Amino acid sequence: MTNKTVAIIGGGIAGLETSIQLEKLGYNVSLFEKDQTLGGHAAKWDRLFPNRRHATEVIESLTKSIGKNIQLNLASPVNKINRENGSFVIETNGKSQKADAIVLATGFELFPASKKEEYGYGIFENVITSAELESMFSSNGKPLMTNGKAPEKVAIIHCVGSRDEKVNRPYCSKVCCVTAVKQAIEIKEALPNTEVYCFYMDLRMFGPGYEELYKEAQVKGVIFIRGRLSETSELEGNRLLIKSEDTLSSKPLKMSVDMVVLMVGMSPLSSTDNLLKNLNLEPNHDGFVQVKDYHLMPTHTETDGVFVAGACTGPNNITDSVNAARSAAIEVHKYLISK
Amino acid sequence: MKVEGKRKIWSEYQKEIAYDRFYYVRSCIRQTVWPGAENIYLRILRDVLGKEVIESEHHTTCTGIGYHTEVVPFETIQTVVARNFSLMQEAGFENYNPSCVTSFGIYTEILDTWHHFPEEKEKTRQYLKKATGRDFVEPKNLAHTSDVIYKFRNEIAEKAKYKLVDKTTGKPLKVVDHIGCHYAKMFPAKGVGGAEYPHVLAGLVEAWGGEVVDYPERRHCCGFGFRQYLVQANRGYSIAASKKKFESMEPFKPDLIITNCPGCNFFMDRWQYALAEMEGKTYGENGFGIPVLTYEEVAGLILGFDPWEIGFQMHQVDIEPLLKKMGIEYDPSQKFKGPNGEDLGVPEVPNNLKFIK
Repeated sequence: MTNKTVAIIGGGIAGLETSIQLEKLGYNVSLFEKDQTLGGHAAKWDRLFPNRRHATEVIESLTKSIGKNIQLNLASPVNKINRENGSFVIETNGKSQKADAIVLATGFELFPASKKEEYGYGIFENVITSAELESMFSSNGKPLMTNGKAPEKVAIIHCVGSRDEKVNRPYCSKVCCVTAVKQAIEIKEALPNTEVYCFYMDLRMFGPGYEELYKEAQVKGVIFIRGRLSETSELEGNRLLIKSEDTLSSKPLKMSVDMVVLMVGMSPLSSTDNLLKNLNLEPNHDGFVQVKDYHLMPTHTETDGVFVAGACTGPNNITDSVNAARSAAIEVHKYLISK
Repeated sequence: MKVEGKRKIWSEYQKEIAYDRFYYVRSCIRQTVWPGAENIYLRILRDVLGKEVIESEHHTTCTGIGYHTEVVPFETIQTVVARNFSLMQEAGFENYNPSCVTSFGIYTEILDTWHHFPEEKEKTRQYLKKATGRDFVEPKNLAHTSDVIYKFRNEIAEKAKYKLVDKTTGKPLKVVDHIGCHYAKMFPAKGVGGAEYPHVLAGLVEAWGGEVVDYPERRHCCGFGFRQYLVQANRGYSIAASKKKFESMEPFKPDLIITNCPGCNFFMDRWQYALAEMEGKTYGENGFGIPVLTYEEVAGLILGFDPWEIGFQMHQVDIEPLLKKMGIEYDPSQKFKGPNGEDLGVPEVPNNLKFIK
């Protein structure tokens, strides 16, 4: 056990795993989480791709591993970190705490779907986001429309706020394709008579089990249409009319549906802008935290003693975040023993 | 439909619109096809709202249609625009107020170009000097005429004699708003309410007692679309586009269509006649069409201007059923009389689109 303390900013998957690993390496850990609960975005998710295990299983497994040397600071947003005699002073809720190193695990925010105004989020009933669909699965086990009825026809729209220069999100958010496929299967399982259509640009099924999930969706009757959504509008009786193009047959397409699910991408967390400036950290070209070396030092930053883990550096899935967290813990350890 | 969602978007897209002292520039199409509309706009501003408005007989076309059909080069249109700005400067005004949506789009595009590429502005300054000996300054405020009516919509409502209400049932009239593409689709921040859910006309309808109809093809082109209509071989696309809109709005039973673009107004009015003749299909009540009015025509109507002074007899789709529905007092015998009582002649009645002689 050392007498050194590491401050972890963010209590999502990456922050939790980094804390656990650093505690195992003998450090005192102060974990700062802006919300009242741990788990970040994953805590709001029902089931995870590719094997559809419940997200709570993963979070509970992590929270059970929190030892006595991890001090949890919930509802503690960190807006300022000062340097003082080689240490860091973290300011939160009017109090200060010292640390010898910092790990930023601040994560991301979901792309605000209302920015794609033409998709009608916030304007039309039953245009929802992928996160809201997860909440429906958690609370009802199936999607329901605002009138309490199950939808008979659902359109899932990929790449909302991803690979889209019009909304300044030119990058791929990595997890939305497989999330869409997972959610499409879950809708079919919960509501076998419901027609489910996925509108995609191309399907990026890069991870283990992803391609199999895509095949399963096709077998279960999910229909995949290669085309982006052009606009949503409302028909009489609150049904939705969507316009797209089937680019494989080069034909414009109009379809009336009961529900539109927007696969919102990952965006840089705007509330950490000041903190990053405070730590002299530059954003990368997508607005996430710039790492020191993309290939060889992916958890280092340009600021000595400040490390990063998880989706604050760009879109990540849970496996990526856990790997990054373990990597960051080792790098923090190497940094602190060399001091 | 969640109105609060739209209100949020509207609050994000608000623009500065001058309060007084407007340098007004006419529209090539409007002064030819709807001369009453431009006249009523000036009367509303001067006589009803008490604003100072000036126009110049030296003002020319912005050459927008030529520019968009690649007949007029960018350098030329920039110089023409600079000359029009120069006339405004000479008149001692700063608030440029175009009546045409295409012109508004042109002025917006050129001001934006000059902002991002100052060398273009400098080049234009030299061209204008060489060609005319003039210099110019950019307007302090650029607002389309529909923006100005929007700004004063509540004041107009207070002075109004009528409301957009069915006099018999007491229910609000159902109004389709159609916004010209060049108003905000190119520069959403320059339009009231943005490009996707514009408020510039919806706000008028709300303030004047009507109910806006949202229908699936609301964003679709009116049918003018320069390359659809100006290229003769493409005119089938033009009428097909208009038809698509009428078919889409028909189930909502709109009482009228309000537009802010000269082209939209013209095509949505005239193509109803053509469709009725070609297919025997009409979209309004009892064999009539759906009346298509500009924002200032609607303003003039509720303010109590004489319908024939507004120029409603120039419309292909008969406006009289709407006048009756709203309980407007008017003299049907004056329908085809000119400003000095001269006989304008009674037009031939279409075969399929009802029209009251």
